[in-house]
Amino acid sequence: MGVEIQRAGVSPDSLKNLTDSEDSGHLLEGSVILTKLESIVNWSRKYSFFLYPFVTACCGMEFMSVAGPKYDLDRFGAALPRFSPRQADLLMVVGTISHKQAPILVKVYNQMTEPKWVFAFGVCAVSGGFYDNYATVQGIDTLIPVDVYVPGCPPRPEMVIDGLLKLQEKVAKEKWSDWPKGASPVSKC
Amino acid sequence: MEASVTLKKLKERFPGSILETHSHRGDDTAVVKKEDILKICTFLRDDESLLYNFMMDVTAVDYIGKEPRFEVVYHLYSLRYNRRFRVKAGVPESDCSIDSIVSIWVSANWFEREAFDMYGIQFKGHPELRRILLYEGFEGHPLRKDYPIKKRQPLIGPMN
Ligand code: SF4
Repeated sequence: MGVEIQRAGVSPDSLKNLTDSEDSGHLLEGSVILTKLESIVNWSRKYSFFLYPFVTACCGMEFMSVAGPKYDLDRFGAALPRFSPRQADLLMVVGTISHKQAPILVKVYNQMTEPKWVFAFGVCAVSGGFYDNYATVQGIDTLIPVDVYVPGCPPRPEMVIDGLLKLQEKVAKEKWSDWPKGASPVSKC
Repeated sequence: MEASVTLKKLKERFPGSILETHSHRGDDTAVVKKEDILKICTFLRDDESLLYNFMMDVTAVDYIGKEPRFEVVYHLYSLRYNRRFRVKAGVPESDCSIDSIVSIWVSANWFEREAFDMYGIQFKGHPELRRILLYEGFEGHPLRKDYPIKKRQPLIGPMN
């Protein structure tokens, strides 16, 4: 039995989103593709998020579940949590943020290198949720720019995955000129 | 009931300071005058037949509209006799202070800071009475019943 060496080609279908411009195309039966640099960079970014899990409350359990083998965020290229903001590009804000914690969240956001995205995981991060009181930040978008909002208390894994796919769509459409975004407007720290 | 030993002793020793007592379902409670809190607590800790050496909790209640408005509540436990005891002291709004018991039980330190943080009750003689859960710059005391429910005082932001 001989070993059959297959040509490591990529099927043209799977590259459809890379070749969205008029002048793009496939050469040499798909071995060579023409695309825009912006598109291919976005394509690689959207499939290799490095998460920083800013986990503060009960949503953390759901985050562990969705990041674990059963729901497996790794399938979408967002698997490896980095525990240093400087190594991460996706800030997952998972749980309730109190006013006392707000400066820390902003600091972590500012420490992340660009490009970076923010994922509001759970209704507490989205809007404060039912914690309408003296202690809780009424939505992290009052502190830092947010890219995806996933409500739910806690959100189901399907919703999180859906949110991640939405973020991927968003990343695919970005322009060079969108970056850098700079520090959070509220940062004093 | 054996547990009432404490109440009996207290009433004997401080007839003028105990305003009210009850032992609902075995929970001994004494309501005392706030001026005498130090004396009473020292006695509870040191008396050979009581030895309440474990100060478990200090907290407060806001009975808005009543006089005195606040009540400071102490929960004590005697490791030696396996007994619990509750002491309450009314604190009026006009003189919103009570003696600190940190000199008797060191563990009261953070509890008193919390009660100060949330209710604004001054604990006289506390070594370092400042906010413990909320931040410096927070205005008001949020567990007071007249703290506006919608009041916001963010530490930073909001940007919109
Ligand atoms: S959204 Fe619900 S589950 Fe998530 S942190 Fe808030 S209270 Fe907890």
